[in-house]
Amino acid sequence: MAAYIIRRLLLLIPVLLGVTILVFTLTRISGDPGAAYITERMTDEQIAQIYDEYHLNEPIMTQYFYWLNGILHGDWGLSKSDGDRPVLVSIADYFPATFELTMVSMAIGVFIGIFVGTAISVRKDKLADHGARSISLIGVSIPIFWLALLLLYVFYLQLGWFPPGGEVSDKYILQGVPDYTGMVMIDAMIALDWQLTVDAAWHLVLPAVTLAFGTIAVILRIMRSSMLEVLNQDYVKAARAKGVPESVVIKKHARRNAMIPTTTIIGLTFGALLAGAVLTESIFRWPGIGRWSADAILSLDWNSIMGFTLLVAIIYCLTNLFVDILYAYLDPRIKLE
Amino acid sequence: MPKTVTKAKGPSTGPNVKPIKTAERIKRSLKPRMSELRTSLKLIVKNPLALIGLIILMSILVVAFAAPFLAPAGNSQDPYIIPRDYESPKPPGVPGHPLGTGKYGADMYYGIVWGARLSILVAVYVVFCSALIGIVIGAFSGFIGGKVDEVIMRITDVFLSIPGLILSMAIVAVLSRNIENIMLSLIVVWWPPYARLVRGQVLSVKESTYVEAARAVGVRKNRILFKHILPNSMAPMLVSITMDLGAVVLVAAALSYIGFGVPSGYAEWGKMVSDGQSYFLSTIYYNGEAMNPWWMVTFPGLAILLFVMGFALFGDALRDILDPRERR
Repeated sequence: MAAYIIRRLLLLIPVLLGVTILVFTLTRISGDPGAAYITERMTDEQIAQIYDEYHLNEPIMTQYFYWLNGILHGDWGLSKSDGDRPVLVSIADYFPATFELTMVSMAIGVFIGIFVGTAISVRKDKLADHGARSISLIGVSIPIFWLALLLLYVFYLQLGWFPPGGEVSDKYILQGVPDYTGMVMIDAMIALDWQLTVDAAWHLVLPAVTLAFGTIAVILRIMRSSMLEVLNQDYVKAARAKGVPESVVIKKHARRNAMIPTTTIIGLTFGALLAGAVLTESIFRWPGIGRWSADAILSLDWNSIMGFTLLVAIIYCLTNLFVDILYAYLDPRIKLE
Repeated sequence: MPKTVTKAKGPSTGPNVKPIKTAERIKRSLKPRMSELRTSLKLIVKNPLALIGLIILMSILVVAFAAPFLAPAGNSQDPYIIPRDYESPKPPGVPGHPLGTGKYGADMYYGIVWGARLSILVAVYVVFCSALIGIVIGAFSGFIGGKVDEVIMRITDVFLSIPGLILSMAIVAVLSRNIENIMLSLIVVWWPPYARLVRGQVLSVKESTYVEAARAVGVRKNRILFKHILPNSMAPMLVSITMDLGAVVLVAAALSYIGFGVPSGYAEWGKMVSDGQSYFLSTIYYNGEAMNPWWMVTFPGLAILLFVMGFALFGDALRDILDPRERR
């Protein structure tokens, strides 16, 4: 197992190097990379000095290695749209909020997807099956920004059940919110401030549901089809013939095995969640990396956009690696070569 | 043994057999295809979801093609710019504006109709170009194999390791913002999955007996690839392409919603949602009556949903139809 993990991590290196080449190419297409460091009052000498300092007069390959060296040593440039803070500082600041949001969405999506997917697979072609499949069809077809706006319209404007956005209510921000992990709900729990915990959870509902909708749709579909496949297999028939109670057949014999293909999909949906976070966070004013990158886009802040792209690629690759390992763990038949 | 060989050659080359006329030959070669098509159509009509998908698609296509008649463009040079009256938004049902008006008094009906045309254009262009690139690269990679294949697959890995929306965001960010660059960025994102799909198919078809037979009788490599392997690798591509026609529009709409691409007031559904968003949670007054302008966001969003859903339904049905186990 350890050898497999190490081998997979090593295989990740060429892919990530490829990603850096891709991102570097994009930064050089975007225009003169020196422009970011030059201000109006600089003399020609100062400008030349900047070009020297950032190695912008060197051949493009050399420039790439200097750039890569910077990336590896934590120099991801300055985030123009975020008060000229270093990109990595911005990421460290905004990432926890996104992590909290995506994890909650993932939990909602996986839980509902697996539960409903199992439930409808034993009611194939009944009303519940058609209903759930229609909802899942809408889930994969609906523009996430539109869903967010519709939810806001119904649950904020018409019913007034949920707040329009933000992480916590304004009064708590004025009081000061505890900051241990950067995830407000977790921090509030650590500080044993239950009112704040409830308030944070209340703010989390709409963005998390928005983001989870697509995940529910995808997982429900795959869960249903793999359950249908498993339920047709001989060992399930054997279990039934033996007189094992139906609920045990479903939960113990069928669902466990149907979970295996679903696990792979969970890794893939994580990419969709991160992409969806850009839209969801901007609409719900959620202070995560998604909103930071959306702001960066609007103010043409290349360093932040590329930093975000690079970060997402790394997270996405690691998640899929993790899922592959989990997959091998869940299904002992798969030999890790 | 030699006798049977001459016999097998006989009918087409023998002097006393009448040459078949071209028309007849075409008819004969089409016959099995026509019957296949009929089976497919029967399967579509039998499946209610497929039928719904087909109806949605047909309606969108009709609207897209008939846009100049359904919503005649004004005298502006670009028909995709929605005509405005620069008044405050009006609700649906107002004379001349069946779906109401939006930001700067842009007519929603006009935007939806021309948006359909633009969406079809974007979807077909992006999917066609990426499928072409994907087929060429994937077929090449799978057919040649070896080191070339390895390198090409690692390149697709790189593209696939960044979620599509985020990669195309990064690409459009460095280019100037217009609909052409949105399409370009989507092509860059969309070809790798096609390449992998085609490669996988080619790899499996390459091993089949009929390809081996063709190779054994000395058919040229090119001909084997184009005549025997590729046509038999296309079924899953067809399903993917159909579904992606919708998915492309979903991502393109998200990109224009964030603020890439088209300027405000353009007949692009994603942009129309973002144009309406600033009014969405507010109150406007029309003829002294307070109301919430729900229509500005609802209609274009609904249009995107229907468009994507139509292709998803039809693609799903196509998968079943093309599956040999489901036929006959």
